[in-house]
Parts: sequence; structure tokens; C-alpha cells
Amino acid sequence: MKNLKPILGLMLLAILIFTVTSCRDTKKEDDHEMDQDDMEMEHDDMEMNDSSMNSSDNMAMDQNKSESDAIVVNYLELKNALVADNTEAAASSGKKVVSAFKAFDVAKYSEEEQKELNDIIEDAIEHAEHIAESAMDHQREHFEILSKDMADLVAITGTSKKLYQAYCPMFNDGKGAIWLSEFKEIKNPYYGSKMLTCGTVQKEV
Amino acid sequence: MIKGLKFLAIIALVALVVIQFVPAKRNQSDIVPASDFIASYNPPKEVESILRTSCYDCHSNNTNYPWYNKIQPVAMFLEDHIEHGKEEFNFNEFGEYSDRRKMSKLKSFISQVEQDEMPLDSYTLIHRSAKVSNAEKELVLTWVNQLQDSLRNQ
Ligand code: HEC
Repeated sequence: MKNLKPILGLMLLAILIFTVTSCRDTKKEDDHEMDQDDMEMEHDDMEMNDSSMNSSDNMAMDQNKSESDAIVVNYLELKNALVADNTEAAASSGKKVVSAFKAFDVAKYSEEEQKELNDIIEDAIEHAEHIAESAMDHQREHFEILSKDMADLVAITGTSKKLYQAYCPMFNDGKGAIWLSEFKEIKNPYYGSKMLTCGTVQKEV
Repeated sequence: MIKGLKFLAIIALVALVVIQFVPAKRNQSDIVPASDFIASYNPPKEVESILRTSCYDCHSNNTNYPWYNKIQPVAMFLEDHIEHGKEEFNFNEFGEYSDRRKMSKLKSFISQVEQDEMPLDSYTLIHRSAKVSNAEKELVLTWVNQLQDSLRNQ
């Protein structure tokens, strides 16, 4: 009878592990389904953008821009969720950033730009996926890398939005981190309400 | 009451024996590709040995399997870690990552180790030798920071 406890313990462990692993699998499937939904929504958005662009004079340019705009809009939404210390909103915006990057078409760029863009997209999707699944401090860590990707993305694609590149010298052990914002006024996504106005605007993008 | 417990114990025992037959995928390979992290960047011996004992089991194509890694449910547990761990970061394939991805992986590496998130607690609980001491942490992080600087300046 003395052996009973460890054996029961092991059984519980076995059951627990079965449940944990099976939970994870189903969660993954859910994610995929959701991604697809998001993606379809994204396409709809984009078609709308395209049709509204048809009326503009410089069509080719604007079409490029409208595609990166879908990414920018969702990135800004994510940024604002982090400013507001809202993990759940950040997670759902993270998912939208993933779909927007997946829907981005590099075909119209030069070969060299395509290579750079594909690297950016691969990296950005990975970090946005993490943001969709992590706690706040991890979200912010991944947001730092994502922000660098965003800055490099708009450097190539341009954007029709007016954006500012801001800099927080404290984040990441004092190594500093940038972010993009639609406001000139500083609202820090790395610390949120703890240090809302920490940072400086570096440049207009 | 005692009878019920006995019954449960027997079921548990049977369950334990039965799950030993769940086949575990072996993550093993003798090939060290040119893209391997350690082969490419030649860390000092101490750092190399920390990476091999504390990280490579889950983040490479070759896991070291002492006896307790072969029994279930440990093997199942580990298999799951290896699958996810390799997806996130495979030291054997590091050289194939784009420059951008290399930099961001090193950044994650530093923050994960700094915050004691890696190696996973659930793993070091059994694999005591994989535990990273503060001195070892310092050693690894200093070296990775240097690597980060040298890659950035390339
Ligand atoms: C028991 C297996 C295991 C060991 C040992 C392990 N890892 Fe991990 N690692 C994982 C798993 C599983 C994930 C993905 C899930 C997660 O992030 O928790 C991961 C994720 C990571 C990531 C990506 C995290 C992110 O958020 O981008 C890094 C970097 C990492 N590990 C580095 C290390 C380093 C460095 C070591 C050694 C000091 C190590 N790991 C040891 C299993 C392991």
C-alpha cells in the first residue's frame, strides 16, 4: 500500500499530459481557422481600398501604398493596445498583423527589394504570432523587433499615412527601442501607463 | 475504501505499462550541418558545453537520451518540447536563417535566458544537469552579446 501514492501520482501525471497535449493540438487548429477568417476579412478590406484608389491619378504608387497600409493600420492598433496595457486587445491586433503580412504581395517590387521584403515578412509574422499568444511583457519584447521590421518595411514600400518614429532609450536594458506612431505626442507602448510620456520623436517617416 | 484504492492502483499500473508502448519519435542525427550555431561561431569551450547540455536537447536535430528520457510519459513530454522548441529556434539550422532572423533570434535568446525562461523549468526539474547557474548565465550572455554586436556590424 505504501507504493500507492507514487503510482497514483504517475497516473495523474499521465492523464494530465495526455490532456495538455491534446488541448494544445486543438488550440492550434482553432488558430488556423481564425487566421483564415481574418485573412478573408483582410482581402475584403483590400478590395475596398483598391476600388477607392481607382479614382486617384497615380494608381500604381497608391496601390503599393494601400497594401502596406493594411499592415500599418493593424500595427498601430496593436501599438495603441500596448499603450493602454491591454493584453487581450494586443493579442487580437497581433493576429490581424499576421494576416495583413500574409496577404502582402511583394510581386511588384524589384528582385532585391523582394528578398528584403520576404525576410521582413517572415520575421514580422513570427513576432506578431508570438504577440497573439503571450503575456504583456513578452508582447512588448516581440513588439520591439516587430517595430524594427515595420520601420524597414515602410522604408521600402512607403505609406500614405503620416507616421513618426519614436524612441524609448530605456527599454531592453537600456539598449533602447523604436516604435512607429501616428501621433507626434509620445505615448509609450513599451511601458504603458507606467511611463507613458517616456521617449522622443526621432523623425517623420 | 481500501478495495477501491487497490483497484485504482491496478488501473494506474496498467496505464503506466500500456503507455510504455506509445512509440516515441527519436530526435537523433549524427550529421552536424555547416549551418550549425556552434560550428559557425566557435564559442569558448564553457559556453559550448552549456549550450549543448542545456539547450541542444530541445533546439537541435540531435537530442541526448539518458534512460529517463526513454520512459513514458517523460518521452512524450520531451517530444512535444522538441517539436515546439525546434520550430522556434533550431541551433543546427541557424546559418540558414536570414540576417534579420538571426538578429531577432539572438535577441530572444538573450531575453529568454536573462529572465530564466530557458531552459524550461519543467525540464530542469528532471534534467538537473541542464540547469544554468548564475555564473554560467553570465558567461553565455556576455558571449551572445558580443556575437550580436559582431553580426550587427557586418
Ligand atoms: C525542454 C526543452 C527546452 C530546453 C532545454 C530549452 N528550450 Fe528553448 N524553447 C522550448 C520550447 C518548447 C519553446 C517554444 C515555446 C515557448 O516559447 O515556451 C522554446 C522557445 C525558445 C526561444 C524562442 C522564444 C521566443 O519567445 O521567441 C528561444 C530563444 C529559446 N527557446 C532559447 C533557448 C535556450 C538559449 C536554451 C538553453 C539555455 C533553451 N531554449 C532550452 C524548449 C526548450
